Amino acid sequence: MPAHDVLIIGAGLAGQRAALAAADAGASVAILSKVHPVRSHSVAAAGGINAALNPEDSWESHAFDTVKGSDYLGDQDAIEIMCREAPDEILWLEHAGVTFHRSDSGHLGTRAFGGASQARTYYVADITGQAILHVLYERLMKHHETVDRFEEWFTTTLLQDEDGACVGCVARDIRSGRLETFNAKSVILASGGAGQVFKPTTNALICTGDGIAQAYRIGAPLMDMEMIQYHPTTLAENGFLITEGARGEGAHLYNALGERFMERYAPNKLELASRDVVSRAEQTEINEGRGFPDGTIALDITKVPRKRTLEALREIVNIGKDFAGVDITREPIHIKPGMHYIMGGVKTDFDGQTPIPGLYAAGEVACVSVHGGNRLGANSLLDTLIFGRRSGEHAAHRARGVAMPKAPASVLRDAQGEIDAILGRDTGSRPPRRISEIKEELGETMNRYVAVFRDAEGLAQAHEIVARLKQEAPQAAIDDKGTIFNQDVLAAIELGYMLDVAEAIVLAAQERKESRGAQFRTDFPERNDADWLHHITVSLNGDGPELATAPVTMTRWEPQERTY
Amino acid sequence: MPEYTLKLRRYDPHAGEAPYYEEFQVELEPHRSVLEAILKVKAEQDGSVGIRCSCRAAICGSCGVRINGRPGLACHTHLEHAANRGVNADGTTILVEPMGNMPVIKDLIVDMDAVHWKKIERVTPWLINKQPIPEREYVVPHENMVDVTQTMACIQCGACVSDCLSMEVDPLFVGPAALAKAYRFVGDPRDAEHEERLRDLAEDPHGIYDCTHCFNCIEACPKGVAPMSQIMRLRRVSSADFGIEDRNNGYRHEHAFVKNIRKNGLLHEADLVPDSYGGKLHPRAVPELIGSLPTVVRGLQRGKMTPAKALLHPHKAPKEVKRIFDVVEGREQRVELNLYISGYEDDESEAQA
Repeated sequence: MPAHDVLIIGAGLAGQRAALAAADAGASVAILSKVHPVRSHSVAAAGGINAALNPEDSWESHAFDTVKGSDYLGDQDAIEIMCREAPDEILWLEHAGVTFHRSDSGHLGTRAFGGASQARTYYVADITGQAILHVLYERLMKHHETVDRFEEWFTTTLLQDEDGACVGCVARDIRSGRLETFNAKSVILASGGAGQVFKPTTNALICTGDGIAQAYRIGAPLMDMEMIQYHPTTLAENGFLITEGARGEGAHLYNALGERFMERYAPNKLELASRDVVSRAEQTEINEGRGFPDGTIALDITKVPRKRTLEALREIVNIGKDFAGVDITREPIHIKPGMHYIMGGVKTDFDGQTPIPGLYAAGEVACVSVHGGNRLGANSLLDTLIFGRRSGEHAAHRARGVAMPKAPASVLRDAQGEIDAILGRDTGSRPPRRISEIKEELGETMNRYVAVFRDAEGLAQAHEIVARLKQEAPQAAIDDKGTIFNQDVLAAIELGYMLDVAEAIVLAAQERKESRGAQFRTDFPERNDADWLHHITVSLNGDGPELATAPVTMTRWEPQERTY
Repeated sequence: MPEYTLKLRRYDPHAGEAPYYEEFQVELEPHRSVLEAILKVKAEQDGSVGIRCSCRAAICGSCGVRINGRPGLACHTHLEHAANRGVNADGTTILVEPMGNMPVIKDLIVDMDAVHWKKIERVTPWLINKQPIPEREYVVPHENMVDVTQTMACIQCGACVSDCLSMEVDPLFVGPAALAKAYRFVGDPRDAEHEERLRDLAEDPHGIYDCTHCFNCIEACPKGVAPMSQIMRLRRVSSADFGIEDRNNGYRHEHAFVKNIRKNGLLHEADLVPDSYGGKLHPRAVPELIGSLPTVVRGLQRGKMTPAKALLHPHKAPKEVKRIFDVVEGREQRVELNLYISGYEDDESEAQA
């Protein structure tokens, strides 16, 4: 049975960075992921990564932009750390081999991004996430002697000792169906977000909120769950992402009347205002009848010189061609706001520690909170790397003072019992619903009622539907009874994770009776600092969720009115 | 909405039986992807169909398969194109099979670790930093970084490995994906061991000279990485910049080829073999010539060649061919085609207009 100082669950940017940092700090490391590491959703991050690395720029400016972008819900101590450490992280990546594009002088080049007062986004064409992810995987292959990789292993349960500390997990080898206990002194969750709770979403099919739900189920509080980012430019038909880099390179947004409507909503920053602001503006245009008949807005990239588009935005040239039949270098492409990112997650401090001893979280699964009510573009890659590294270092350090735990054999029997129960589902006399049907209803419900604009009535509706789906899910049909690559069983477990996450999102959105960042309540349209300048947490208490609050840490920036 | 027949190659490892084909009817718009059709089957008809997939947008590289006989990503292939390609295309039937050159685990899922990733690990797939490592970034030309972005764009889907003919014949061939990965370091000015990497891959009998220019990998790649072009660039850097003469005679063969075409315009095969081994009288050429005799005899028997044609090549290169050689060789810098900098000419012509 594998035993390591540090066990990392999830192998996107946060997980791989944590693994490398923990190994550097002398720990024995296992990294486990339900997909091969380079399939992780970090691969889809397009536009770039922020850092105040130019001499004319300052980390304070980056931090202020982030605080303002968060609508003052971000914790300023954590934001300061992230922005201060960003330049060194970029240089670490550069030395590790990331092929950042250069300026004419051969130094690292930048592009403009939303909500930022300087061009401080470093990039590799529009495949920045892919380039960084693949380079980190190169490093993992290099360090194969110190980092054990468990690729295509699905975590079913986090393990706790009698004092409540997290001491490992049980996981299923997807290729053989065999369950295994992983003992570890520290566990880092780096399993990403939960975009599949919504439909459509820019997120990959694997983004099912596994880590968020696993931590929640063993008592870790979730925070800022109401803060769901709708990206301003997703492809109308299928929700695919069109990078903010397009607007960073100079693309404009137009409504059906041909108006560059952002002039009315953000006269200074225009298309490069914060994402929540731009998405709200677009949705307002669409709702008030100024969108195109298919409920969309036009993104005009022809403003960008063609040569530059082909070199720096090649991926969206392909997406336009392959998935929308549009040559974006010649004509506008139709987009609308679409679910993209969850600012909330498992509550952690700035070393990635959750309130459960031995359990860490980093990346989209976590809520430090550096994004607060709204994440700035190109801050998520930074978040994964900075807090991935810090978690890895801290977990390695912590492991030195802890004895290697050994989980009892019963945990494996229990986990196997749960799998067997799924395989042997008694669906009764009625034909059961299919997993896909339940998932579809969940996604459409969330996208209807928990989207850019929300109100009490819609949220109550969402709450009721999610509760019903939670009843239906345990009876959903299972076609595959095998052990090798049984994707049906995994989908059944994932569906349970998604429903837990959805419930937390809806509850937090119902609770926050104001409008801040990504949460816009049409029944409470103003920001209300007097009553709501705090985080909302959701924890599992007994069988049900319990809401509480947590203070926002302020260091130097007092809340101001937010205009762009 | 049109109805497609999805014919999936199924393999159930539990059953202990041979793979079989199963047909599913799917109604979807023609511009939807093959992956969407498979997911619809999974969702509505049979959840046990096995396929790796995640992003749906040709970024994660999970869903490499063969569609009507051709390798590619299921998410990146429109139903209408799929149904109309291949020898048995009838506009409605879409045959989906697992990728080739790799063992099948279940249905459309292949063992990439056993083949693809093993080969990637073969090429020392990490940057070996040029020393000293600068305090800030390495200062390197923008063009170099844009250049290696073409190989960084590889998503490790395995489509090129699936249909690599050289690998089919020689399973030890390092292969298109791994060699493209190698170029990512050889083309990176921050790497300290360009020559060592090239020497390693040139001396390996399954290395850069094992590719036979069949273009399958270029056709297969959904991301425009053009692995074969990267292999050719490795060869050019290896021979022209480092003068690496490998023991497999890859270097000599390539130079003999160029010389042969420059002189004859059309390939004169009788000269090619001896020239590849240093000339007719070279001691290395003698055993090679003797070794190729059975081939020669077969060729004569089947009338593919006559003694006169073999020995007295009738063709001499016209002036135009010589001019091409002179122009290309007269250039100060080699011209390399690169996906990320295509479009330059386009732009200039637009600017002039």
